[in-house]
Amino acid sequence: MSTQIRPAPVRKSLFVNTSQDHAFEVFTTGMGRWWPKSHKLGEAELDRQIIEPKEGGRWYQRNLDSSTCEIGTVAAWEPPARVLLIWQLNAQWTFDPELQTEVEVRFTPEGSGTRVELEHRNLERLGETAEGFREAIDAPGGWGGLLELYAKEAAR
Amino acid sequence: MTNTNRVFAALTDPTRRAVFERLRDGPRAVGDIARGLPVTRPAVSQHLKVLKEAGLVDDRSEGTRRIYQIDPKGLGAMRAWLDQFWDSALSAFAAEVERSAKEEKK
Repeated sequence: MSTQIRPAPVRKSLFVNTSQDHAFEVFTTGMGRWWPKSHKLGEAELDRQIIEPKEGGRWYQRNLDSSTCEIGTVAAWEPPARVLLIWQLNAQWTFDPELQTEVEVRFTPEGSGTRVELEHRNLERLGETAEGFREAIDAPGGWGGLLELYAKEAAR
Repeated sequence: MTNTNRVFAALTDPTRRAVFERLRDGPRAVGDIARGLPVTRPAVSQHLKVLKEAGLVDDRSEGTRRIYQIDPKGLGAMRAWLDQFWDSALSAFAAEVERSAKEEKK
């Protein structure tokens, strides 16, 4: 065991006042209706995000000029209970075919609605791509030895 | 990335910077970090909390002790950023669910 850090998964849980079917559908095939517009890929004008509804399907962004940007893939497609997506966006918010982090979303009936639980895991794999982040904090300089140390640690 | 600002903000405090510097030689327990610093142990814990939120350090339990170490790759900051991203994405998702559910009932 060295000093390798394994960040805890990002976990979210929310209740939505709708059926399991509807919650699953809005999350997956309806993703383009809610994905934050501020988080598009590339320079082209965004049309919407698309999840192909099958195991092995693509997860991508379609642009108005009909070009596309990959986001990841669909590893498990189990409507209306579960979807497992492979998120391949790195710290620079660009697609990296080598990078595989998992986003698992579960939909469970609860009372009059549905419990939606999301887990984004294997975040330690982002370490390979977090270099840009280090450069960003290093750029203005002035922290001297402190950030040199940070850079050295980051490069190990 | 807004976390860059958070990292800088975390390090502007000289005591907090001293706390961070004390981790340069490897992981240390809170009591060990506090030794020799002119602040109380709870204050050191508070500084460590801010450093952790900025993604600069990470911690783990070892028996009853809490061990801190420098986060080598800025992963903590990435995680904090994704955490925020999913918060805003899921609240937009919930709003869309409610909106479209109403439409279906019409």
